Amino acid sequence: MPKRIVAGIQSVGHRVIDSIWRLGYASRFFLLTLIKSGTSLRRFTLVIRELYFTGVQSLIIILVSGLFVGMVLGLQGFETLQRYGAESAVGTMVALSLLRELGPVVSALLFASRAGSAITAEIGLMKATEQLAAMEMMAVDPIARVVAPRFWAGVISMPLLAALFSAIGVYGGYLVAVILIGVDEGSFWSQMQNAVDFHYDVVNGIIKTCVFGIAVTAIAVFEGYDAAPTAEGVSGATTRTVVTSSLAILGLDFILTSFMFRGMG
Amino acid sequence: MVPESLIEIEGLNFSYGQRPILKGIDMTMGQGKVIAIMGGSGSGKTTLLRLIGGAVRPTSGYVKVAGEVVHKLKRDELFRIRRKMSMLFQFGALFTDLSVFDNVAFQMREHTDLPESMIRDLVLMKLQAVGLRGAHELMPGQLSGGMARRVALARSIALDPLLIMYDEPFTGLDPISLTVVGSLIRRLTDALGMTSIVVTHDVQESLKIVDYVYFIADGVIAAHGTPDEVRRSVAPFVHQFVHGEEDGPVSFHYPARPYAQDLKLEGSFA
Repeated sequence: MPKRIVAGIQSVGHRVIDSIWRLGYASRFFLLTLIKSGTSLRRFTLVIRELYFTGVQSLIIILVSGLFVGMVLGLQGFETLQRYGAESAVGTMVALSLLRELGPVVSALLFASRAGSAITAEIGLMKATEQLAAMEMMAVDPIARVVAPRFWAGVISMPLLAALFSAIGVYGGYLVAVILIGVDEGSFWSQMQNAVDFHYDVVNGIIKTCVFGIAVTAIAVFEGYDAAPTAEGVSGATTRTVVTSSLAILGLDFILTSFMFRGMG
Repeated sequence: MVPESLIEIEGLNFSYGQRPILKGIDMTMGQGKVIAIMGGSGSGKTTLLRLIGGAVRPTSGYVKVAGEVVHKLKRDELFRIRRKMSMLFQFGALFTDLSVFDNVAFQMREHTDLPESMIRDLVLMKLQAVGLRGAHELMPGQLSGGMARRVALARSIALDPLLIMYDEPFTGLDPISLTVVGSLIRRLTDALGMTSIVVTHDVQESLKIVDYVYFIADGVIAAHGTPDEVRRSVAPFVHQFVHGEEDGPVSFHYPARPYAQDLKLEGSFA
């Protein structure tokens, strides 16, 4: 019996040590990526190429989802606000929800599953097919040449995608509330304009998207680079990217929100 | 100045954890030669290439390339010496997101400041050498296994290296591609005056093109000699390997408990 207890404690200990080791390894990898970013910044075409894959190719899913989220917000907002006779505030509600929360969070979740998983799978497969080893043998550092451009492309495209998500979401809310239901157009826009503060709402939202962009892309490149070089390894790494980034986005969102909006009346 | 023997390996030991892979390997490889390293799967051949390329560090002993001890080099010095060597991976390891042209141009763009017009000429010359100038616009996914191997070969001679290491260059090729890749290795080695190390199981094809053969078994050099010496050899291991015999020093059966004991037959017929 005591042996079992000892073994149990040992296995918990092993897991904790493994997790901490992995966290340290990931942090070291993240630092190396930053240190070796010189090539990406000097040869910016490398980043632009990746921007096309991570940013431009994610546009469709971001825009369509943004439109629907905005439309749903318009419907639900109108439904609730109408009870208090405040249906003209529906524009405010749509805009604030999108700028502060839904824009950054939902677009980051979509970005993680669309672009993050693709980055992980691509780097993982490059490893599995010895492309990264070949690059090392050619005296070219794969972190500088493969990882860093993808990282910066993700960090740059995330805030832009989130901005487009929020913009088209507001338009979706407008379509439903004003065009479909018939809320007064003037009060829809003017109330929104009065209520939304550039620094408090827009800038804080942008800060969130930047943090999410860094987190998602850092996780995606790390998981790809660290993937076991087999089919199972790559599929496991892709799954871990989506799961870990989603949790990271939601966790970070709570932390950031509690710092940014706590005094809100 | 490059010393006459480009590679010197002395007393090389390497182990993964407690498991020894290579035990006391000594080799010298001269400039302008094609050398084959043969041995069964898992005998440590690829590890030897990784040690020469500085991808792993030896437990003891050393590998000298062009007079420099590889594992003592710092990372930037290692990268400097790697520009003089090249490696052809088992399935080519072409960059799948780049075209054939860009794959061959990759090292020129990374390591030199050559103008794009000159890179274009050089790339087409390298592709011409492997007979694939007409395929420069294709993507790696559109190539057959043999063509991919030839593009990888063109890529590996991009910067005129002193040394090329080939990891199983003949695996999975049809007989025609096999002969083409084999004769290309020989011709390019002679034309560029470089040294080629070919790790392979393909005895018949490689004996046609190489100058010297090392056999590795259980982490030690079991035999070595010129192709003629190898063909005539009566050493049991070499004989089994060259003639592809099923049983010999390398046993057909993986070590196991007695058969009867595994089938739980012991005593049932007594």
